Amino acid sequence: MSSLAAPELNRLAPADPGQRSRLDKVDRRANGALKWLALGGGALVFLVLLAIVYQILSGASGAFDKFGFAFIVHKDWVPASAQFGAWTFIYGTLVTGVGSVLLSTILGVSIGLFLSLMAPRRVAAIIGPLVEMLAAIPSVIIGLIGIYLICPFIKTDIEPWVHSAFGWIPIFGAPEPVGNSIFAAILVLTIMVVPIIAALTRDLFLTVPGELRDGAEALGATRWEMIRGVVIPTTQSGIVAASILGFGRAVGEAIAVAQVVGGVPADPIDLFKGGYTGASLIANTFISPVSNLNTSALFYIAAILLVIGITSNLTAQRISRSFGRAR
Amino acid sequence: MSALGNTPGMVPNPMHSLTPSGNLRRRQLTSRLFVTLTVAAAGLAVAVLLILVYYAAKNGASQLSLSFLTAQLPAPGGIVPGGGMGPALVGTAEVILIATIIALPVGVLTAIYLSEFAGRRIGRVLTTALEQMAGVPTILVGVFIFGLVVAHFGQSAIAAGLALAIVEVPLIARASIESLRRVPGTLREAADALGVARWRTILGVILPTAANGIVTATILAVARAAGETAPVLLTCLPVGQGYQLDPRQPVATVPVEILQLLLSGQTSTVDKAWGAAFLLMGLILLVNIGARVWLRRSERKRGV
Amino acid sequence: MSLSSEETPEASGPHLRLPGGPTAGSPAALSPESAASARSSVARETVFTSRGVSVNYGAKRALENVTLEIESNYATAFIGPSGCGKSTFLRCLNRMNDSITGFKIDGDLLYHGHDLYGSGANRVEVRRRIGMVFQKPNPFPKSIYDNVAWAARNLGMKQDLDERVERALRSAALWDEVKDRLKASALGLSGGQQQRLCIARAVAIEPDVVLLDEPASALDPIATAAIEDLITALKSQYTIVIVTHNMQQAMRVADKTAFFSLDESRIGTLIEYETTDKLFSRPGDKRTEAYITGQFG
Repeated sequence: MSSLAAPELNRLAPADPGQRSRLDKVDRRANGALKWLALGGGALVFLVLLAIVYQILSGASGAFDKFGFAFIVHKDWVPASAQFGAWTFIYGTLVTGVGSVLLSTILGVSIGLFLSLMAPRRVAAIIGPLVEMLAAIPSVIIGLIGIYLICPFIKTDIEPWVHSAFGWIPIFGAPEPVGNSIFAAILVLTIMVVPIIAALTRDLFLTVPGELRDGAEALGATRWEMIRGVVIPTTQSGIVAASILGFGRAVGEAIAVAQVVGGVPADPIDLFKGGYTGASLIANTFISPVSNLNTSALFYIAAILLVIGITSNLTAQRISRSFGRAR
Repeated sequence: MSALGNTPGMVPNPMHSLTPSGNLRRRQLTSRLFVTLTVAAAGLAVAVLLILVYYAAKNGASQLSLSFLTAQLPAPGGIVPGGGMGPALVGTAEVILIATIIALPVGVLTAIYLSEFAGRRIGRVLTTALEQMAGVPTILVGVFIFGLVVAHFGQSAIAAGLALAIVEVPLIARASIESLRRVPGTLREAADALGVARWRTILGVILPTAANGIVTATILAVARAAGETAPVLLTCLPVGQGYQLDPRQPVATVPVEILQLLLSGQTSTVDKAWGAAFLLMGLILLVNIGARVWLRRSERKRGV
Repeated sequence: MSLSSEETPEASGPHLRLPGGPTAGSPAALSPESAASARSSVARETVFTSRGVSVNYGAKRALENVTLEIESNYATAFIGPSGCGKSTFLRCLNRMNDSITGFKIDGDLLYHGHDLYGSGANRVEVRRRIGMVFQKPNPFPKSIYDNVAWAARNLGMKQDLDERVERALRSAALWDEVKDRLKASALGLSGGQQQRLCIARAVAIEPDVVLLDEPASALDPIATAAIEDLITALKSQYTIVIVTHNMQQAMRVADKTAFFSLDESRIGTLIEYETTDKLFSRPGDKRTEAYITGQFG
């Protein structure tokens, strides 16, 4: 660098060649150090993820050696007599997961449509964050409201009404209303999953090009026809991905569900009966196991949940990636 | 200039009326119905939020007092009246501190790697890993730390801190990557053109520019971690009712304490659970709103 | 007042009358020669009457005092430099500006005597009668058939849908190129084909007017020529209004031309409106002359 360069440059690269090469060496080392540190952060993330999988799988090995894959379909869970079967919890997990995702997708997509395509900007700027706040509420508090508000409401109002109107459908048929039930868990999970789907689909719908919407409107289509004919078909796979992510969230929720689901290891068809899920079982019983086998069986259930969770996440990611590529 | 002409152009021609023809009335009714349904859905969500806040306030606000905030934990079983959240508040602060000391550097370094150094392939793998880590149910994070740490060293605040760090890292990393990416390319080009070393650019220019977003992300991650029950439940169950600060021992935390007060079933302790719930929810919501407002204001100032 | 049936060459399909809708002429595409002879015997209606129309976007004035009349079965061109309001005015004709924040229109804009912005005007009905083709082709991510049939299905035109689609594609001079792959995605077509598809789907529902906003500006010269031929053929059935940057295009295609430019206060306004021949050969206004001789952009 010539001395004609600006003074700041001289500070970076002084005229003295010896000093310059020393600085270059420091710079090069510092560059390398930063890069390796940053890489270290990333590597740590990766390692922890692997460690989680390894730890849970190895914790489950005891129960797996004893029961094999049959564990998944056995119904009995009696720790005192070393009987461990995951079926009722898997059943509860799947029913509450699917039930809440169905409700959440309908509600969440509606809210997403509202926030992106229907509400005036100022309204959306207020309602959008409010819906996101719903996701920020800790699950223990939702569980608290669940116990003292939702379950009593189900017991005294919802269940009797549903039973009288739809009691002939098996899923609604409980003769004596019990507040803590699979239905309560579905409601609670819906509260937690709706904001996720609403936020994701709102961003999704905003990516539909205005030209497509203009084209539909210029053809004399009503707003609903434009949404049904253009917006939703264009974002189909994104909506599916959002639902799957919501499912993963619902399956993993332990605390709120533990407080309202009833804690009854059973697999009732009737949604208004008490039930149990894998996550809430772990939350309730992990700290006070009856035996090592008990703990291992709980690890086994954790492994099943992990598989469900990771599969959902990867599937959702793959769907949204191919959606991004196709556009 | 104008061709103002034949008055026939101004007489409404009934054959070309602009009132709804054919099936338009029915279609517009259908459309209006669906629009109403979406508005109702949004209204329902907001109503649920307001109900949650209202109930927590109604049942819990009356509990808030200086003694509530500083007194020792209520006796287990809830028979003996009195007690407050003092140890739990301190314990939560301690656990979050441990978690954030770990999570902030790891999260920011990972974000730096992904936004400044990583090639496409490694970048994709690492991003997937981050998404997966974000998606691990928090109860399983608790199970993991239990097996890794608690099984060998017993319950402790450190264990809970590690578990919460796992929860915080993906949140901090994701938002930091966004902030780093939003730094205008012109800044980087200018630094390169001046011959400034990469590390100086990153630490001296890019990071400070992204600092607002990173700080906001950290604050939001902390708020999230403060409310997590499951990972702490399995790793840090307090013993006794007094203040306990030793990180190698378990400490009381607000969410776990809420749960325990709740399970006692006694009115007096359940009331305290509401008080704690109101406090926790209020703080988290305020932090969320505050962080958003602050971020929006600082972005507007920068002209983003 | 509509095309008398004796002059109409054979319809290739059943003549569809829409309940209370526009009395569109024969659905078949007419050759230019028969179109010319048919045109000479058409009694012109005034389709659009604009009196002192001005447009504001919030506080910003975009268009000032436009007064003109657009007649049926003509192709009317709006020309002028960028940013002088021609597209804005075009989009007022089918109320596509309504969703733009701060949009406000003053003056009278009548469609066959009916106030387009009056309380009796239903916006969706307006767009059903006054169709639009946009500058950049915007086909839906559906099959070619579904693109053309979509709006017709909405309107309840479920019978003889196949014939309707074929007729529309023929009108757009696209049928032969796509008849074997109607179920293929429309996104696989070339730019010019996509634009003709957009024209086909606009005419499939038999509107009264077709507005075209610089329809060929995104296309290559060969595709552009195809579009221009199309417009000439379409005017026998529809009233065409086209915005174009290309003066030669206006000369080739339009019967009447309106020249828009910025006035003294730098707001877009209508400068001159004449038959195309007269506007380009003996323009009345100095500014028109300056524009068409290329003295400014």
